[in-house]
This record gives sequence, C-alpha cells and structure tokens, in this order.
Amino acid sequence: MTAATDAAERLLRRRAAEVEEEDDDDNVRIDAFLHHFREEDKEDEAAPAKLSARNLNFYYGGQQALFENNLDIAEGKITAIIGPSGCGKSTHIRIYNRIFELYGNQRAEGEVLLDGKNLLDPGTDLIELRRRVGMIFQKPTPFPLSVFENVAYGLRLHFKMPKSELNGRVESALKKAALFEEVKDKLDKPGVALSGGQQQRLCIARTIALEPEILLMDEPTSAIDPVATRKVEELAESLKGNFTIAIVTHSMQQAARISDFTAFFYKGHIVEYGLTRELFTNPKQKQTEDYITGRFG
Amino acid sequence: MTPRSDKSRKLLDFTVKAVSMGAALLGIFFLGWILFVVIQRGVAAISWDFFTKLPTPPGMEGGGVMNAIIGTVLMTGIATLLGVPTGVLAGVYLAEFGKHTRLGAWVRFTVNVLMGIPSIIIGLFVYSILVFPFGHFSGLAGGVSLAILMFPVVARTTEDMLSMVPNALREAALAIGNPRWMATLSILFRAAKSGLITGVLLSVARVSGETAPLLFTALNSPYMMKSLNEPVANLTVTIYQYAMSPYDDWNQVAWGASLVIMITVLLLNLTARLIVGGKKR
Ligand SMILES: Nc1ncnc2c1ncn2[C@@H]1O[C@H](COP(=O)(O)OP(=O)(O)O)[C@@H](O)[C@H]1O
Ligand SMILES: [Mg+2]
Repeated sequence: MTAATDAAERLLRRRAAEVEEEDDDDNVRIDAFLHHFREEDKEDEAAPAKLSARNLNFYYGGQQALFENNLDIAEGKITAIIGPSGCGKSTHIRIYNRIFELYGNQRAEGEVLLDGKNLLDPGTDLIELRRRVGMIFQKPTPFPLSVFENVAYGLRLHFKMPKSELNGRVESALKKAALFEEVKDKLDKPGVALSGGQQQRLCIARTIALEPEILLMDEPTSAIDPVATRKVEELAESLKGNFTIAIVTHSMQQAARISDFTAFFYKGHIVEYGLTRELFTNPKQKQTEDYITGRFG
Repeated sequence: MTPRSDKSRKLLDFTVKAVSMGAALLGIFFLGWILFVVIQRGVAAISWDFFTKLPTPPGMEGGGVMNAIIGTVLMTGIATLLGVPTGVLAGVYLAEFGKHTRLGAWVRFTVNVLMGIPSIIIGLFVYSILVFPFGHFSGLAGGVSLAILMFPVVARTTEDMLSMVPNALREAALAIGNPRWMATLSILFRAAKSGLITGVLLSVARVSGETAPLLFTALNSPYMMKSLNEPVANLTVTIYQYAMSPYDDWNQVAWGASLVIMITVLLLNLTARLIVGGKKR
C-alpha cells in the first residue's frame, strides 16, 4: 500500500462523509475504485530487481559525477530517470552497458548487479553484456547501411541463422518498433535517408531484434517531433513486460505517462526513488517536490 | 577615447580580404601556368608510339617510353600494396586503439616526422639496405622507398578521417555488441569511406611523381624490365635524365613524360574530388 493511494482514500472517504451521513454503499464503491490501484501498486512493488546499482561512484578524470548511487531497476517495468540537465542521468545509465569505457579517462566504482552478478567485474564479456543490455541514444544513430542491414547487422553479429529466418526477424523487429509499414518499400534505402523519428525507431528495432533483457533509453525522444515521440512512448509501453526498461527523460510528463518507477537525480545523487504515482503525488524530499512542481530545472 | 571610424574599419576589412584573395588566386595562376607550359611543350611528344615503344638512342626517329610507364605503374603499385594496408592499420591504431595511450602519442609523432623527411633521404636509406648489400639497383627497392613515403600520409589521413566520425556512431556501433575492430571495419570505415579513398588516391598521386627516392633505388633503364630485381625504367628519372641531356628529341620526350604524370595526378585529384563531392550531395 502506498501513501499516494492512502491519501486518495482519505480524501474520498472524507468527501463521502461530508456529503451525507454514513453510507455503506459509498465505502464499497471507494473500496472497488481503490482496489485496482492497490493491486497495481502491489504488483509493481513485488517486481524483483533485474539490475541493481550499489554504491556507484563515477569520475570524469578527477571530476566526480556520481555519488554513492543505489538504484534497483525492476524487472519487466519501466523506470524513469529524471532530474535537471547535468545531474548525471546519462552518466548513470551509461555504466549499465559499460559504454563509458570507450573513453580512457572515465571510471566507475562500486557494483552494478545484473541478475545478481556484478557487471563491472573485469571478467565480464562486454559483447554478451551489450547484447543483453541494449541502448537507445538521444540522437538517432543509424549505421551507414540500408534500413534492412541496420537491423540485420546485429543479428548477424550475434546469431547464426538461415537467410529466411534473418528476413523474418528483421521484419518482426521493424513491426515491433512500429516502423515496418512505413519502410517496407524502402528496405534497401540507406537508413540515414529516413526522417528523424523513423531513424530513432530504426535504432530501437535494431536493438530489440537482439532480444535484449534490458533496454536503456537516454532521452530517446528529445531530438524528434511530438508525433514520433508519442510513437516511441507507445512503443516503450508495449515492450514493457518482455523487456526491463530504464528511460532517461527531462520531461516529467513523459515519466508520469509511461513509467512505473521513477528515480530523481540531483547533482549526481539519487535524491528519491519509488513508484511513479507515489513520487509525483507525494514526494518525500523537498528537492523532489521543487523539481516536479517546476520550481527549478 | 573616440570610437574608431566605421569607414577605416571597413577599408581595412576590404584590404585584408582583397590581399588574401590575391594570394589564393596565385595558386590557381601557377597551376594554370605550369599546365600551360607542360601541355605546350609536351603535347608534340605524345603519339601512339610514345606509349607502346621502347626508347631509341638520341637522333633516331620514333621510340617511346612504354618501359618507363610500366615501371612507374608497377612501382607505384608495389608502394600501394605495401604502404596502404600498413598505413591504414597504423591510422586505425592512432584513431581507435591508441588514441590516448603513450605509444599512440609516440607513433603519431613518428608519423609526423616521417612525413617531413625529404624523399631523397628515404631513397638513400633504402639504397643502403636494399641496393648496396645486393650490389645492384632494383625495382623492388624503388617500390619500397615509395611505400615508405606513402605510409605516413595514409596513416595520417586514416586517423583524421576516423576521428571525424562522430563518437555517437562509435558508441552505437559498440552498444550493439561489436568488438572494437569489427565496429571499426564494418561501421566506422563505411562512414569514413569517401575520405579514406580520397586519402589513398592523393597519396598515390603524391608518390607517382617522386624522383629522388627512385634515383638511388630503381635508377632507370632503357630496356623493358624482366623482373623487379633489376634497374627498372620509370617516368620521373627519365624526365630527369632526358631533360638534362643535350639532345632536343630527348628533351621533347621529357616534356611528354611530364605531361603524362601531370595528367595522371590531375585525374587522381579530380577522382578524389568527385568522391568527396558525391558524398556531400
Ligand atoms: N565527457 C565528459 N567529460 C567531463 N565531464 C562530463 C562529461 N560528460 C558529462 N560530464 C559532466 O558530468 C555531469 C553529468 O552529466 P550527464 O550525465 O551528461 O548529465 P545529464 O544526462 O543528467 O544531463 C555534468 O556535470 C557534466 O558536465
Ligand atoms: Mg544526458
């Protein structure tokens, strides 16, 4: 049971009491109304952690950017990461697939447990890790290949399969990414020739084709138009369940619309973390409240 | 304090612009002039025989420089075969694997120094390791010295071109689960393709006109070569020898050979431009 639902209950019961004298019918109706949310809250809260950050610190050279981050990313749910620009959202999720290691002077300390195993261990197979933990970037980054090859590329890289199966998987990934209808006649055209929103969905298709367990999205809609944004959001919602999703967003509306859990970052610290309904209606920290009410950021 | 007059500022601006434009036009002027002279003097030497016959002694009608053309093409080919793969790999190391490493910094410095070494010194060096010990000049030694000239140019362009590929694409290529070398070969090279091809073409153009490194290595020869293990005729040393000779008909041949090289270099440059231009559109 969460405080948000509790607060709603108190409010409803008080209203009911004000309108007329005790009426059992009202209470039954309120119970039924709240039941749905309670069940959803319970189910969300019961979701096990797919990925857990433990005492995570991060450094750009000598500059520390993350401080003792602890965060659970719930399996099969959407976790939104919000906070003002420069607070370390990207830095945080870029640890999950160890993409930061491309740069020599960046360093992470602490643990990130993926199914209980620390993925920061030097022995981790990065190729396998990145197949299991896919990433969508802020700016669409289609490969300099055809639309078809953009999706087929990763499949060929990780799996051996006959041509017919490859075709099928490419098509199904494009369909899941809600892109197939728009590109089915342009599969041989270069991926960069698509519109920005289509390119972003192509990148999503190419990532989910590998059937990753976790999908990391770093402000995936900040560089595309509202219609395409809505499509990507719907896509994220439809993928949840099969995938565990962590999405960085600077849009609180977006976080509220699609996520189950929300983590609020501020200056490299995780200030607050919890059910999205809860965090937005009943923030526990002053900084969270200030941010979601638009007082800064 | 009084404000500077707008007029004097504009005049200065105009003057600087005009002078710098004049300097830039100087480049076009000299290229035009060189082309004009070489075409004017060389075109008379060009004939079918020029490309298909062997040289004749001074004073004898006819003859051509077929052996020199073949020799130049072959030695440039050897240089490309040796210099391009090594140069590209070194460039990949500089841009991708050793970018921030100490070894990378040393290699980068070395490549820059190598690029600045006068080609005649490269020729002397190859002479001392591949000619003198064997007791004879050879086409192979010529190819090697051209390759040494080519290597740093290709390494540098490869590094520059790969460095121009945005990191976003590099990250995306790795995030899909690529090993670094694979991401480089299949994604980054493709993104940098036109620049890489251009770099290679320009480096070929550059060494195909080199004389000094061949003077000490391949030397020259009036004959058709039988192997690369003997002195090999080539256009640039031919130009050098024929132009210095007192014979008018040999001088004529030197101009003709110059024209052939000029046109080749021009064509390679135009091709490179077309590739880059085609990419931009
Ligand atoms: N490549 C980098 N080198 C140095 N500092 C960086 C780098 N990238 C980000 N930072 C710093 O780390 C902090 C967090 O950045 P980032 O994770 O990108 O924030 P967010 O994604 O929340 O906007 C910022 O202060 C930023 O200036
Ligand atoms: Mg960011």
